[in-house]
Amino acid sequence: MKSLIKKLVETVGPSGYESKIREVVRAEVEKYADEISVDAMGNLIVKKGKKKEGGLKVMLSAHIDEIGVMVTHVDKNGFARFTTIGGVRPHTCYGSRVRFLNGTAGVIGGERLDDANHVHAIEAMYIDVGASSVEDCPVKIGDVAAFDRPFEDLGNRLISKAMDDRVCAAVLIETLKNIKNSPHELYFVFSTQEEVGLRGATTAAYAIDPDLGIASDVTMTGDTPRGMKMDVALGKGPAIKVKDGGMLADPKVVEAMVQCAQKHEIPYQLEVLLGGTTDAKAMQISRAGMPAGCVSVPTRYVHTPSEMVDINDLNNAVKLLTALISEPINLA
Amino acid sequence: MKNNEILSQIPEIGEEQIQLLEKLSNAVSVSGDESEVRNIVMEEVKEFADNIRVDALGNVLVTKKAKVDDPVRVMIAAHMDEVGFMLVDDEGEGLFKFEIVGGIDNRQLVGKPVLVGKEKLPGVIGAKPIHLTTADERKNPIPLDSLRIDMGPGNSKKCKVGDRATFATRFETWGPSLVGKALDDRLGVATLIELVKHTPENIELLAAFTVQEENGLRGARIAAYSMNPEVAFVLDSTPANDLPVWDEEENGRYNVKLNHGPAIYRLDAATLSDPRLINHLVKVGDEFKIPYQFRQPGKGGTDAGAIHKQRGGIPSVSISVPGRYAHTAVLIARKADWENTMKLIFASLAKFNRDVLSVDR
Repeated sequence: MKSLIKKLVETVGPSGYESKIREVVRAEVEKYADEISVDAMGNLIVKKGKKKEGGLKVMLSAHIDEIGVMVTHVDKNGFARFTTIGGVRPHTCYGSRVRFLNGTAGVIGGERLDDANHVHAIEAMYIDVGASSVEDCPVKIGDVAAFDRPFEDLGNRLISKAMDDRVCAAVLIETLKNIKNSPHELYFVFSTQEEVGLRGATTAAYAIDPDLGIASDVTMTGDTPRGMKMDVALGKGPAIKVKDGGMLADPKVVEAMVQCAQKHEIPYQLEVLLGGTTDAKAMQISRAGMPAGCVSVPTRYVHTPSEMVDINDLNNAVKLLTALISEPINLA
Repeated sequence: MKNNEILSQIPEIGEEQIQLLEKLSNAVSVSGDESEVRNIVMEEVKEFADNIRVDALGNVLVTKKAKVDDPVRVMIAAHMDEVGFMLVDDEGEGLFKFEIVGGIDNRQLVGKPVLVGKEKLPGVIGAKPIHLTTADERKNPIPLDSLRIDMGPGNSKKCKVGDRATFATRFETWGPSLVGKALDDRLGVATLIELVKHTPENIELLAAFTVQEENGLRGARIAAYSMNPEVAFVLDSTPANDLPVWDEEENGRYNVKLNHGPAIYRLDAATLSDPRLINHLVKVGDEFKIPYQFRQPGKGGTDAGAIHKQRGGIPSVSISVPGRYAHTAVLIARKADWENTMKLIFASLAKFNRDVLSVDR
């Protein structure tokens, strides 16, 4: 699991530019898939099994894109101005390193601040790739980069950029490997462009037209000093989403997940997230609508270059999802 | 088709096209009531289209068949609507309270002549003159609820709450420049009309003249759903903020520049353009030596934002004619940029085939 996560998080793949990470995932899932396809938005769709008695058509979604930056202008001295892709916060930028799709590395610097207590606005920062003119600058307008930090293994706890949502891609990959005999027709979607508005899941849900939608994504925690008030903590199990900023999970789906966790003695938490949302929102309101829910992985420091997760939560998320989709799901 | 054949077929921007642009620019077609532009479009394309349909929101959906078997079905969209005003309260004596439709900076309003209603009756957005204002008042923009459209007591009887209005600017050409209101996106509409008249033979053209782009890409959304194309190109206009800056700094936030050719989109607030289509446009631009530029990635959005998310996903990209002072009373564009936009889209369509999308995004 850890080596899979390391491989996934260290691949560059900001929203809209997921081809590299998609190939990494494809290599992992190929052996276990009945069918694999890539759609117009770049979603990787892995089909497994056929609908049997008591089974449903189930879409599981984990997004493979990550937040990042795009160059807007290279000035005459070779400094690259940039805009953000997805929810990049200014206070995580200054001094951060970025890695472009073409391999170029750079550091984010900023204009002199009049007041050192202030944070640079995105417009007041630039990427320095070591160039000295526009001619010798290895990047140009429109080039894309992700934040660059090595994966750190602290034992139970892991730190990296792009844990959001590569850890859940890992959870889906491991779940897929575990599936032996499911009554369901399963579609594992490794979705694109989630960070810019659930765009990949929107079109995938339309095309697949499932009976049930389950997302897997990271969620915040309330277990850090003077942190936000939230009853989710690292290491206490995967979080079964009840609500977030964009979706009220179907109570029947929540109940099915809770029952499943209890039956198999898998630790779990209930999640009420005030902001943010996941691919489950796009699935829930696709076409004529569908029951939808989400199995979340508690994550600290979301959308910084150093997100932290607990390996036990990931393993338990795999157990929960595997158990859930290996049996008939009662949505009555 | 060989490249020289393609070049010979590219529609020219002559006197006739400029006159049509003038007619389109002067028409009043504020989001939600696009009938005046719709009528011009239908009149222009009817002889050339295989099928014309007006849908529930007022989009004009035109099909033009290819002259080859199994052609790629390509949607091209340009929006007919424009930003403007709506009368919301009749206060008597020809004074109307109004709201803004679409995005217009309040500071653009004061002192501007406007045309109101179907009859295009004159009015002005008036304000207290300098004689009567204090220095403090002049520091701040006047809030919308303090402004009125003043039509005087005569014509105002013909107008009513709910009527739409636009800036009164009439189209002109100034040497190489095209000057008028609503050139966002009448330039796109005029380009798309030419494409219906002169369509590359290899594609099935699904031309969508859309409504309500300026208030949320609403027309394009249903147009793309019903047309269900394989690929989509959006023709729009994007702001050029390319004036020189005088503090010896480089202008790094120009968005696009006049006279640098059509602007290809990579990222805006609504769309990450399909890289395969960006590469196709770039390849064709280079091959045919058509100047082009990249719009600086950033905010904003075009009909592509709605189109690419329809059904199972539609590969999409936008191309814009740059224009200074968009969403004000006057937009200035360059004829050369319009010509090069026409060249780039025509040649890109003529060179388009399914191989472009054969690799995964």
